[in-house]
Amino acid sequence: MGQQKNLDGYVGFASLPNQVYRKSVKRGFEFTLMVVGESGLGKSTLINSLFLTDLYSAEYPGPSHRIKKTVQVEQSKVLIKEGGVQLLLTIVDTPGFGDAVDNSNCWQPIIDHIDSKFEDYLNSESRVNRRQMPDSRIHCCLYFIAPSGHGLKPLDIEFMKRLHEKVNVIPMIAKADTLTPEECQQFKKQIMREIQEHKIKIYEFPETDDEEENRLVKKIKDKLPLAVVGSNTIIEVNGKRVRGRQYPWGVAEVENSDHCDFTILRDMLIRTHMQDLKDVTNNVHYENYRSRKLAAVTYNGVDNNKAKGQLSTKSPLAQMEEERREHVAKMKKMEMEMEQVFEMKVKEKVQKLKDSEAELQRRHEQMKKNLEAQHKELEEKRRVFEEERVNWETQQRLEQQKLEASRTLDKNKKKGKIF
Amino acid sequence: CATVVSFKSNCKRNVRGVPLAGHVGFDSMPDQLVNKSVNRGFCFNILCVGETGLGKSTLMDTLFNTKFEGEPTQHNQPGVTLKSYTYELQESNVRLKLTVVNTVGFGDQINKEDSYKSIVEFIDAQFEAYLQEELKIKRTLHSYHDTRIHACLYFIAPTGHSLKSLDLVTMKKLDSKVNIIPIIAKSDAISKSELAKFKIKITSELVSNGVQIYQFPTDDESVAEINSTMNSHLPFAVVGSTEEVKIGNKMVKARQYPWGTVQVENENHCDFVKLREMLIRVNMEDLREQTHTRHYELYRRCKLEEMGFKDTDPDSKPFSLQETYEAKRNEFMGELQKKEEEMRQMFVQRVKEKEAELKEAEKELHEKFDRLKKLHQDEKKKLEEKKKSLDDEVNIFKQKKTAAELLLNQAQQAGGSTTLKRDKERKK
Repeated sequence: MGQQKNLDGYVGFASLPNQVYRKSVKRGFEFTLMVVGESGLGKSTLINSLFLTDLYSAEYPGPSHRIKKTVQVEQSKVLIKEGGVQLLLTIVDTPGFGDAVDNSNCWQPIIDHIDSKFEDYLNSESRVNRRQMPDSRIHCCLYFIAPSGHGLKPLDIEFMKRLHEKVNVIPMIAKADTLTPEECQQFKKQIMREIQEHKIKIYEFPETDDEEENRLVKKIKDKLPLAVVGSNTIIEVNGKRVRGRQYPWGVAEVENSDHCDFTILRDMLIRTHMQDLKDVTNNVHYENYRSRKLAAVTYNGVDNNKAKGQLSTKSPLAQMEEERREHVAKMKKMEMEMEQVFEMKVKEKVQKLKDSEAELQRRHEQMKKNLEAQHKELEEKRRVFEEERVNWETQQRLEQQKLEASRTLDKNKKKGKIF
Repeated sequence: CATVVSFKSNCKRNVRGVPLAGHVGFDSMPDQLVNKSVNRGFCFNILCVGETGLGKSTLMDTLFNTKFEGEPTQHNQPGVTLKSYTYELQESNVRLKLTVVNTVGFGDQINKEDSYKSIVEFIDAQFEAYLQEELKIKRTLHSYHDTRIHACLYFIAPTGHSLKSLDLVTMKKLDSKVNIIPIIAKSDAISKSELAKFKIKITSELVSNGVQIYQFPTDDESVAEINSTMNSHLPFAVVGSTEEVKIGNKMVKARQYPWGTVQVENENHCDFVKLREMLIRVNMEDLREQTHTRHYELYRRCKLEEMGFKDTDPDSKPFSLQETYEAKRNEFMGELQKKEEEMRQMFVQRVKEKEAELKEAEKELHEKFDRLKKLHQDEKKKLEEKKKSLDDEVNIFKQKKTAAELLLNQAQQAGGSTTLKRDKERKK
């Protein structure tokens, strides 16, 4: 994305890794490890062996010493220091897992616990006032498989299927000193086959650019699942003091790679991939939890089919903003429609009124015309009449005159005036 | 019973420490972390604020031993704009994505009241982009290209007297948003004694105006001493140059004058080396951390409060994220519904009004025609009367006529019969 630039001399930002190193040491580190498996598989012993400490001791007994009726989830926190580096280690135990007669849903308290840690982190991340956010999320889950030699139990499969998308699952064969190398080999193959068959996603080592590292990673991958032995006792073997289990036929040494995969586990879990386990938890498992949670919150009350289609890349607020815009558009459309209907109705009514007016006007004109015609007719009649009357009266006068004249004549005749 | 250590706080004080019986190996954690960072690459963003001509670009070139983009600008810019360039640099196995942001036109206008605004807006925009990413439902923070400004080099003009009011105003607006490192630019124009006085004046002006500049951190023992010493040399008086001059048998970066040569990397000549040491070699990571944990958090807090988010409800019980979003959502839905209702009401109102209007018009129309009708009735009545009077006249006339004719007949029959005869004979 940026332009490549060559430097003509030492600038000094090559010290950045040192700066980061320095700050991280000052800050200290945290790691939360969960161990799951039936009791008696040597979980506590393994933890003690891994961290070379008596995390579980007489004073702080491990889960197997506590009788539980139901699956509990318990935390132990210790602070350990080495080479100037402080590590706040939290071990999460699940006593009671798989120990009951009916183990249906014995994974539920564990799932709930993992989710509640995600929830805590989500809430503290979402606060307005954020302080130092303590990270108590589970970074890794060591799952102990009983060394039956046959294959995975239904409970193993069920558990891993339900948890592989919530936490980094690392399955291990416990108490591996009860299996011969050949049996172990077979057992491992069988387990990996079943894991693939059930599409269980166990923790995967990341690819690197380093060839040597990749070779090492390949070697580890071939040995999965790791078969481990743990021990709280130190025994002297060939002049050396080692952790091991003493048998009449010899000593099974914990840190002997010919005897078991313990060192591989320790190196991978603590010395090389601890940070990656945290990163995967943060970038993958937590983000999945968060996006599901926020999507549920956002689409609460909205058509769920729409929500299932695509997990929005927006924030819930942006989502609401979009819904607001959609609503505004919808309202505008509704408004326009209502406006149209309104205009149409008004037009109709106005038209009706106009028609009515026109009709009335027409009738009125008609009547007026009618009247005028009648007026004219009357005028005509009157004129005729007047004419007739005048004529008659004139005639009458004439007649009268004649009559007068004839009467006078007669009178004169009678008087002898006329001969 | 078996104790499980305090759940309440992760604080290391409450946690028991246990001794280790051997080398476990988690002391490799810092290395694991560092390896991951190196693989991912680093990112750093510098903002240079200062008037045109103070040598900002030259200083960047000198600090990073390269030639960055950019033309020298004229003084005729109408406002302050920010130009940013991103570069990929590498030193041994460390890759750095460096972004250099320059303020173009700063201090050139007659009215400089709004000069700081575009700078503040730019800084806020980067915070906003990060916040938006952080709030997304599906987000990719670990591969996000962080553009937030980690360090602001504020270039002070080498007047030798005091800070300009523009400087104070601008720095005051920026000090809660970014790490400010004030530097005296082109300091080869100031004599040594003037420089000491100048630095004291600047520092006291900054203090008396409450400007918070970046302090090199002294909490880590390994760098506390050098950082604290350097803090006392602020503001750094720098000279930049990419020109090289031969001094002795070495080529050094310098500026050549008739009276002597100013060597950039000579600590007696200027504080360039101090600046490089502090900014790049010792505290680059701290600058990024402060930006994220202090300046960004402040921005985020203000923004969220503005949007109505709270951490506790009115009863001081903490809100869960779910509750907060649900509350927001309900508020939002309520608002939408209200708007919808308002619109409907408005329409109902309009319909009512229009109906009344039309009814009124209809009424008027009918009244008009009723009037006309009445007029017409009156006219008709008059006409009828006229007709009747005419008819009466006609009748009277007829009667008169009939009577007259009767009389005439009688008169003629009585004495006028001879006349009649004569008339009759005549007529024959």
